[in-house]
Amino acid sequence: MTDARLPIAPGTLTDERSDLGGELRTVGMVWERELIRFVRTRTRILSSFIQPILFLFVLGYGMSTLVGTTEGFTFKKFVFPGIVAMSVVMTAIFSAISIVWDREFGFLREMVVAPVSRASLVVGKTLGGASIATVQGSIMLVLAPLIGVHLTALLVLEVVGLELLMAVAMTTFGVFVASRIQRIEAFQVVMQLLLFPMLFLSGALFPLKGLPAWLAVITRINPLTYAVDPFRRVVFAVQHVPPAAAARFSTGVTLFGYSLPISAEIGVVCAFAALFLTLAVAGFGKPE
Amino acid sequence: MATACDQAFRPYAVDTLHGDCRGMTLPPAIRDLAPGRPGLVGDPALEASHLSKRYGDVQAVEDVSFQVARREIFALLGPNGAGKSTTVKMLCTLARPTDGTATVAGFDVRRQPKAVRRRIGLVFQEQTLDDQLTAEENLRFHAVLYRVPKIEVEARIRRVLDLVELADRRRDVVSTFSGGMARRLEIARSMLHTPAVLFLDEPTVGLDPQTRALMWEDVTRLREEAGVTILLTTHYMDEAEYADRIAIIDRGSIVALDTPSNLKAMVSADTVELTTADDPIATARLTAAGFRAKLGTGNVIVFTPNGDSQIARLIDVAGVAVTNVHVHRPSLDDVFLHFTGRQIRADHAEHVLPMRMRARARRR
Ligand SMILES: Nc1ncnc2c1ncn2[C@@H]1O[C@H](COP(=O)(O)OP(=O)(O)OP(=O)(O)O)[C@@H](O)[C@H]1O
Ligand SMILES: [Mg+2]
Repeated sequence: MTDARLPIAPGTLTDERSDLGGELRTVGMVWERELIRFVRTRTRILSSFIQPILFLFVLGYGMSTLVGTTEGFTFKKFVFPGIVAMSVVMTAIFSAISIVWDREFGFLREMVVAPVSRASLVVGKTLGGASIATVQGSIMLVLAPLIGVHLTALLVLEVVGLELLMAVAMTTFGVFVASRIQRIEAFQVVMQLLLFPMLFLSGALFPLKGLPAWLAVITRINPLTYAVDPFRRVVFAVQHVPPAAAARFSTGVTLFGYSLPISAEIGVVCAFAALFLTLAVAGFGKPE
Repeated sequence: MATACDQAFRPYAVDTLHGDCRGMTLPPAIRDLAPGRPGLVGDPALEASHLSKRYGDVQAVEDVSFQVARREIFALLGPNGAGKSTTVKMLCTLARPTDGTATVAGFDVRRQPKAVRRRIGLVFQEQTLDDQLTAEENLRFHAVLYRVPKIEVEARIRRVLDLVELADRRRDVVSTFSGGMARRLEIARSMLHTPAVLFLDEPTVGLDPQTRALMWEDVTRLREEAGVTILLTTHYMDEAEYADRIAIIDRGSIVALDTPSNLKAMVSADTVELTTADDPIATARLTAAGFRAKLGTGNVIVFTPNGDSQIARLIDVAGVAVTNVHVHRPSLDDVFLHFTGRQIRADHAEHVLPMRMRARARRR
């Protein structure tokens, strides 16, 4: 084994030269730690299941009576992809919180003083949070038959892929915010002020059509809008959506009069993810 | 295969030098070290020159310079807020000096932070374990961060856990550990990758005397066997005695730097403690007679050369009933008092608490 001849860390590698293998090992380890912590926190698992179900029933059933059905297409069916997206977003963001905890508990120091690049730490953290969020969102799909949402193998695959993308984008966003914040209380305040407006104005819970102009502008600036819409589009693609319902619960995001294709929406989300990742790495564990 | 290295914590250097453990490779940073007395070998392991650090209006460290030789144990001794932790943070690249430079293991802390980080081990003043992970998981995480070759990880984890006598708690989650056990685990972790320079920021705060003694055994053994250089900060005088040299730091500056015995020699006066019927009057009279006397808690403290031969005269001058006399030769406590004009406080309950507990206390 070549490993046997590898000397110990200090001094083995010439100075600033970084080795990819070591960095990848770091990413893997940080990722693994996130999962271990998630699995060990029962309450977190429990609440992450209960919350979206609660939303689904309160919003789905509650609003259904208000909105009514359109040619047999219920509001529940409309809101289901939105709820799945919402649970992914919430889980991703709350995974990112752990950075603030790490700071409070001191473990952040163990990481930032180590001879690894900050990018590896942030990427590991992001992938950890995103994995948890994706699993979480995928488990929600179990509820689909209950709502009358038809699933195909391809659809599940598409949804999982979109969940992963959305989860990565939102975790990097959370890490970016968390790495700039010293205290857990502040993080919660920032998140309340950012996360909930972002969720409500993303089209997850109601169609983005016919909004007042100023609100329409905000929804177009909101990165989540571009992450939620592809979700609904792929889900609706395999459902029977009567024309009247399609008109009422419209999908697609229009920007400056252009209707964006799904690939463009995904591109926008990727761009946001890249931006947040860059900002997160830049702000992570700088020396005092 | 039962070799010497299975029995004790033999951190890689000595065993390999003697050819006992072929599997263990030696970190070059340590391989370069020739055994020898502190101060006699090659370049210094650590060199700070004119280091300063400002936080807003607070001058935490001001113009601090010192050198630490390879294999030396060097102590920074100072009261709360003296700037010990800030100095350590600058040396381990966690804080950027506002002025001055420092090299650690031959690398500049400003320009080559990563090279410095590869060669150091750290025990921070505050706990930095993940308490939701087990002892083993914490160590594995550390091994990956410091690129310990995969095939060595298991052997090293076993050794350091044996060293701090936590082998039986290996698979327990850290949140179930006592404060002292967590501390020992941190010390074990800092040794896991055999650093060239080990920084210990108040490593023994919160440990019972037995564990403190054990830890000191480990640390000195690490120095003997692996040639590790150790810089530690402490409040405890008896602990500073373990050091080859001590820098007394007060309000951000070094006020004295020498070996423990030389420092004691600098303070020529003995300390005489008198318990009298009326301490304030005795103090006043002794002062009036030209003695360096001050009112202690429940006694009078007099600093005078040749304390023993002065007792009769002191009692005479005090002019009140003296119930007890105690003379002692200068200790490090007196050295500290001499250089800073203050006694070092013995209670540091706050530091025993991990950060999160303090955070909780703050919120309440
Ligand atoms: N991050 C910071 N921001 C602002 N001020 C700081 C910071 N860190 C330290 N200080 C200040 O710098 C001074 C020195 O602090 P430092 O922590 O180095 O002291 P210390 O000698 O380690 O004390 P202790 O024995 O209490 O640990 C203190 O006045 C402290 O308030
Ligand atoms: Mg300190």
